[in-house]
This record gives sequence, structure tokens and C-alpha cells, in this order.
Amino acid sequence: MPAVTETIETVQSVTESTYKWGFETDIEMEFAPKGLNEDIVRFISAKKNEPEWLLEWRLRAFSAWKAMVEPRWAAVKYPPIDYQDAHYYAAPKTKVGPKSLDEVDPELLKTYAKLGIPLREQEILAGVEGAGSVPAEGRMPVAVDAVFDSVSVATSYKERLGKEGIIFCSISEAVQEHPELVRKYLGTVVPQGDNFFAALNSAVFTDGSFVYIPKGVRCPMELSTYFRINAKSTGQFERTLIIADAGSHVSYLEGCTAPMRDENQLHAAVVELVAMDDATIKYSTVQNWYPGDAEGKGGIYNFVTKRGACRGARSKISWTQVETGSAITWKYPSCILQGEDSVGEFYSVAITNNYQQADTGTKMFHIGPRTKSTIVSKGISAGHGQNTYRGLVRIGAKAKGARNFTQCDSLLIGDLCGAHTVPYIENRCVSAKVEHEATTSRIAEDQLFYCRQRGLTQEEAVGLIVNGFCREVLKELPMEFAVEAQKLLQISLEGSVG
Amino acid sequence: MTAPVPTGAAGFLARYEGLKDHLPGARKPWLNTLRADAAVHFAARGFPTRRVEQWKYTDLAPVAQAHFAEPLTMVEGALALPVPNAAHRAVFVDGRFRPDLSALEGLPFRAVGLAQHLNDAETFLGSLAKPESEPLAALNTMLFEDGLFIDVPDGVDGGLLELVSITVDPGRPFAFHPRHLFRLGAGASLTLIETATGRGQCLHNPVFEIDVAEGATLTHGRMLQEEATVFHLSTIYATIAGGGTYDNFTVAAGPRLTRNEIHAALTGPKAACHMNGAQMAADGQHVDTTTALDHAAPDCASRQTYKTVLAGRARGVFQGKILVRREAQKTDGYQMNQALLLSEDAEIDSKPQLEIYADDVKCSHGATVGALDADSLFYLRARGIPESQAKAMLVEAFLHEAVETVSDETLRGALTRALDAWWSRQGQAA
Repeated sequence: MPAVTETIETVQSVTESTYKWGFETDIEMEFAPKGLNEDIVRFISAKKNEPEWLLEWRLRAFSAWKAMVEPRWAAVKYPPIDYQDAHYYAAPKTKVGPKSLDEVDPELLKTYAKLGIPLREQEILAGVEGAGSVPAEGRMPVAVDAVFDSVSVATSYKERLGKEGIIFCSISEAVQEHPELVRKYLGTVVPQGDNFFAALNSAVFTDGSFVYIPKGVRCPMELSTYFRINAKSTGQFERTLIIADAGSHVSYLEGCTAPMRDENQLHAAVVELVAMDDATIKYSTVQNWYPGDAEGKGGIYNFVTKRGACRGARSKISWTQVETGSAITWKYPSCILQGEDSVGEFYSVAITNNYQQADTGTKMFHIGPRTKSTIVSKGISAGHGQNTYRGLVRIGAKAKGARNFTQCDSLLIGDLCGAHTVPYIENRCVSAKVEHEATTSRIAEDQLFYCRQRGLTQEEAVGLIVNGFCREVLKELPMEFAVEAQKLLQISLEGSVG
Repeated sequence: MTAPVPTGAAGFLARYEGLKDHLPGARKPWLNTLRADAAVHFAARGFPTRRVEQWKYTDLAPVAQAHFAEPLTMVEGALALPVPNAAHRAVFVDGRFRPDLSALEGLPFRAVGLAQHLNDAETFLGSLAKPESEPLAALNTMLFEDGLFIDVPDGVDGGLLELVSITVDPGRPFAFHPRHLFRLGAGASLTLIETATGRGQCLHNPVFEIDVAEGATLTHGRMLQEEATVFHLSTIYATIAGGGTYDNFTVAAGPRLTRNEIHAALTGPKAACHMNGAQMAADGQHVDTTTALDHAAPDCASRQTYKTVLAGRARGVFQGKILVRREAQKTDGYQMNQALLLSEDAEIDSKPQLEIYADDVKCSHGATVGALDADSLFYLRARGIPESQAKAMLVEAFLHEAVETVSDETLRGALTRALDAWWSRQGQAA
């Protein structure tokens, strides 16, 4: 099993510094003044040269947010957040909208090179020589939108995708170039006042990705957005909107990292997906925000609203997430299954080590007849980590023949951590069938013994068993991500064994 | 307290103010303090609304809005009692102990009416109930008048005892709040069969405090079979010491609204708790089973299996939480809840929950919801069994599966009869 060898190598290579993405890029930045008020919302909107309707949309969100209280029902603990003590806009001082990569600040290019994110189209994947228009067999290139603090700095492969009629750009660009599409769909899946963090995002979102796949088009490559928080005292509020028109297909990947700092930084994103008749959206996340140090100091608060609407018949939305980073994760990627025979999937691995806390899960709303959903959640707790699966399966009265299967497994490593499962099942339809299973256990002594007996060290054995535990989820990831995710699992568990 | 208290709560508080000098034990300072504290808690919270997480799926508005009077007059004379399940029985009418209807002679332990023996209950009463977190327990503490007080000495096998609760319709809505105290000494054992029957517009709000000492075993079978005008809201608090076992089986089939809430704590090594049950509801009825199991000691085991059958416009709820504390290593916890929907208009809400802080544990829960299995139905139909009969067989099999866990034959027989009685009523109604 080569992945295991690779995992072990990775672990050995990172023994000195666990979070290798924790460096800071020294680059000239432009900030909005600290604080959050109507003027800041106007400032952001003006910076982005936005049309009047969008400014009004933001202001409505802001006034909704002011009337809301921060949710406290999740099983996570953190000190009160001072929303006035952060910059809501931070962008590298550079020309707006560089025409080609040559115009992008070399510091930024270096940053992404260091993170291993290929912005240059010809060096997409290690092992793919002379890539470009003709990728090697079976290995598609990945188009990347790179978001640095508040702005998108580059998007690759736009031309190639444009030939197919696919729009892949930053949401700021989409507001300028395709306002009718943005206006038609923005906020239709996650309304401005949906929840506290979504309302905050709606008021101050600065960038994010926009994807439109036209009717009948199968996107020829993986689309990807890489989010990087760099500046101090900022939050990141990105907004992603993906629309898959009838009969189309797209696979989208999301990655993220941040420097190591003692302060906590807020990341409150909103992701909206819309799938029309027979369309498929596959959304994969490897979340690797800075988790804080071994004492629980610093790290990102990842308070994210992700929701997909299966509007069309036979549409499908599949969420796969590997949550290894963040000090606190509050995230419930959901599916609204409106179209008949539509399908929702949620595959999740969440790891909490040291003092990390994760409260994550999904919501599946079965509205249309014969809608189906699958939930597979794997939670791993180590150190002082607290890991909660919280999920809702709701079957409406009209969802005749709806079907749900849920499997939640938790693994505990050490006796100072916690693993919790809070599923809600609500069924109003007699012909629906819902099944839920959950288990909690630790790594069995006999499994460990078996591995140790064959010459693996304790750490290698745990790594192997954890990877096996997560296999059902990892196999849902696109290949490159799966390898990355396996390495991350191992790194996240560093120091938790023995 | 600034928010207005709901009508029903205000009514009960007013009753407490008016009655507090006349309630049993009114001259005992310790009890007055207990009741007064409970009244403060109840005043602060009132009846829980659906915004309270534990009451998300059960709406107490019909209870909170009703105006209940307390049963002031004793119902005299002979009453039609249910067919006995045991030689010994304690009978309560409208929540009051009736020695004349009971048969307690020859029991190897003490089983008495609480109202007459409050002095002996001073240290036990209120030691397990949590009026600060459960408003219904606060309401009970504030207004209880009587209850069954059982004290089985160390090492005594108490045999079989029946607890019968009857309500008689006085023609106006009324409420009663019995407080039952069961204490089993080290190594003692007892099988208790509880039957609640009756009619009328009433709120039956019992609270149980159950203390199972080291190595003791209490088997507690409950049949909540009041008529569809009754609100039955019961709260059980049980603590089980090392090596002890508390075995609860509840059949809820009858009342308009049933809440069967059980809080059990396993406090010593190798303690065990089994909570099983079957809840059934038809048109307009609501059944709710809510369990909270606290694994506070190592090497304990818990088992839960609950079945729900819903017909007509019925609503069923199952909420089950298993908490495993850090010190509760080697815990073995299992929970299963299954619901069968028989009609288009039925609704089931289920929330199993695990909260685990110890690593060397084996905990699992499962939940299934669905209609009768089409394949099983087809199998029976293919063998010439008419559809209605085939359905009946499958429902019976589904319910009886839950009772299989009961080892006491007398109890199993009583529970099975309760299940069958409900199912045959459905047949007649259809």
C-alpha cells in the first residue's frame, strides 16, 4: 500500500514543525480600517465596484446580522469574539485583475509555489510532463482560483474552460461580467438572514469563486479554489456560488491554509450550490486551517455555511470533507433535495487533536419523491480534542419512497478527548425508510498488536488503522486530494500516540 | 423572573400558594423548604416549550393551557380494579394510597403510603429528582400528596409486587402528582409491575426516585394504559450502585399524551441498566420516550431497545442520550430504536445521542424508521394469508421482539397482553 509508505515518510519529514503551511508572506497590503459598520460594508462594495443592487443586498444582510445573536448551541467553547477588532478587507497592493500570471506579484506566486498550489498551467501535477492543452491520459489538470485574504489573485485555465462555455472566475469578476447570473442565484440557497455567520458573510464577503456549467457540459477538469489567510487581524469571508445547469457535471475542490499565529482568526464562508435536472456537483474540501498550537493557543475559527439545492429531477450533490485544521469547526454542509429522484451525499472525516473542537455534520431535507441521501461520518478525537457529529435528516410528507442511510463512527485516542453524536431524524412520510447507525470505540488492542507484530511502530500502526477507518470517505475524494488527505490525517494525529 | 408565566403554570403556582399549609407534611420544615425551592424553579421556567431542546418534539401547550383542579374528594367504596398480576398489590386512586383496596400483608419488606410515612423519607425524598432542571419534577415536588414508598432491606428477595394507579372521572379536569420512592438494599431484589389505568380529563404527573444499592436488582415493568383523554407525564430518576441492575420495561399505549422520561445513573463498577419499551399511538395521540443514561463508573453495561408503532394521525418521539464520563472506562452501551409507521399521517422524530469522554468504550446506537417491510408482507401473502392478517402478524412480531428481553415470565405475560390489547383495539377501530 504505497499511500502508507508515503504517509510514514511524511510523518518523518514533519517531526520538527507540524504545521508546514504556517509561514507568513511579507507583502504590501491594503486594509480597511478595523471595525464593522455600514461604512465598512459600503467601503467593500465600493472597492469591488459593485452595482447598487448588491450594495443594498449587503446592507440588508448587515441590518439582519445586527439583530441576530451568535449561535451557542454547538458543543464548542470559545471566548466571545469582538467583531469590531478585525479588518474586514485586506488585499495585496497590486494591480486589480492581472491579465496574466506574469503580472501577478512574484511574492504571491512564491507563496503558492511554497504551498504546492500550481498556478502555472503547465506544471499542474507532479508527474504530468508538458501539460497544457493535452493532459496525460487519465490525469486531468486542475484549474485553480487562488484567494489571498480578501481577494482572488489568479485563476488558471480560464480560456480552456471558456471554450466549453464554462465560467470559472472570482465572484467579484462574476459580478462585473455576469451580473444577471449572480443576481439570479446569489442568496437563493443560503438567504442573507439564514444564520448569524451567513448574515455576517453576506454583508462583508470580499471574494470567492463563481462557477457556471452550461447545459449538458461535463467539466473537462477539476476546478479548485485555494484559500489563504495571510494578514494579521483579519477574517476571511468568501462566498462561493456554483451553478450546474441541466445535464452538466462538475467536480470542485477546496483547500485552505493560514499562518501560525497566537491570535484566533475568523473564517466565515458561505457556499451555495445549485443543481438543475440531471446535473451533478461534487464538492470536496480538505480543510487545513491552522489548528492552533499544542496548548490550544491561536488557530482559525471556521464557522461556515454550506448548502446545496438539488432543484432538478435526478440531480445530485455530493459533499466530501476532510476536516483536519481549525481551532474550532462549526460546519454543516447540507442538501435540499427538491427534485424528484435527486440524491444528496455527505462523506466526512473530522479530526480533533490537542485542543481542537469540531461540531460538524449535515442536514438532508427530503422534499421531492424518491429522494435519496447517504451520510458517512468518521470522527477521530485525540489529545484534548472534542468532536461532535450533529446531523438532521428530515423527510417531508411528499417525499414518497425517500431513503436515507446514515453511518457515524467515532474513534477515541486517549482518555482526555471526547466524541459525541447528535443525530436528529424527523419523518413525516410512511413510505420513507431511514436508517441510522453510530458507533464509538477506540483502536482495538488486537489490531494494534497485529500491526506491531509485523514490525510497524506504534505510530505507523495507528496511522494505518486510522487510514483504514476513514477509507470509506477518502475513496470519495479525487485522487490527488486523497493522497494529500491521508498525509494530513497522519500529521494531525502527531503526538497523540504513546 | 421577567417573562410572563404560562396560564397553566400560574394556575399550579396559585394552587401551591393556597394549599401549602394543607399539603401532607406541611409542618415539616425540611419538606416545606423542598417544596418552596421547587416552586421557585417552576415559577422561573413554567411548562417547557418546544424551544427547550429536551422538549423540541413534544408540545406541552395542551397541558399548559388547561385549567386543572386537584382531586379534592376521596373516591369512596369499591372500584373496578384491573385483573391482578400478582398476589401483592398497592392501589392508588387519583394518586392517593388506598389501603382498603391494597393487599400488602405478608410482604417481606415495607411498602407503605408515602403521605403517612414522610418522616422515614426525609433523607431519600428529593435526593435524586432534579427540580432545577426538569420543570415537571419541580411541579411534582411542589404539589405531591402521596405515593408508594418501598424499602427492601439488604439481601431480601422481595418477590413480586403490583402498583396500580386508577383515575376516576370526576367530570372536570384535574391533576395529581404522585411521588414514588423505591429503595433496594444491598443484594436485595424485587419485581414491580405497574399499571396505570383510568379516564377523565386529567394530568398524571408521577415522579419516581429509585435507589438500587450494591448487587441489588429491580425489575420495573410499566403499563401506561389510561384512556385517550389523559396526559401522562412521568419522570423516573434511578441510581444504580456497583453490581446492581435496574431493568425497566414500559408499554405506553393509551393516553392522549405520554411522556416517559427516564434518568438513570450507573454509579458503581459493573452496574447495569436495561431500558426497553414499546410505545404505540393512534389518531390524535402523542407518545414520547426520553432517556438519559449516565455512565459514571467503569465496567458498566447498558442496553436499550425501544419500538414505536404509529397509526392514524399519531406522533411518536424517541430521544435517548448516553453519557459516558471520563472515569467510565470499559463501558458497554447499546441503544436501538425502531419505528413502524402504519399511516400516511403519522410522524416520528428520533434523536439518539452519544456523549463520550472515555476512550476504552464500546458504544453504539441505531435507529430505523419505515413502513412494514414489503418483502415480508409479500412472503406471507404468497402463502395465502390475507393482507390484513399478514399486516397484523408483522406488527405483532415487531412489538413482541421488544418484550423478548424481559426474563420474568409474569411480567412478560402482562406486557404481552398490554401490547395485544392495543393492537386488537386498532383492529376494531379499522
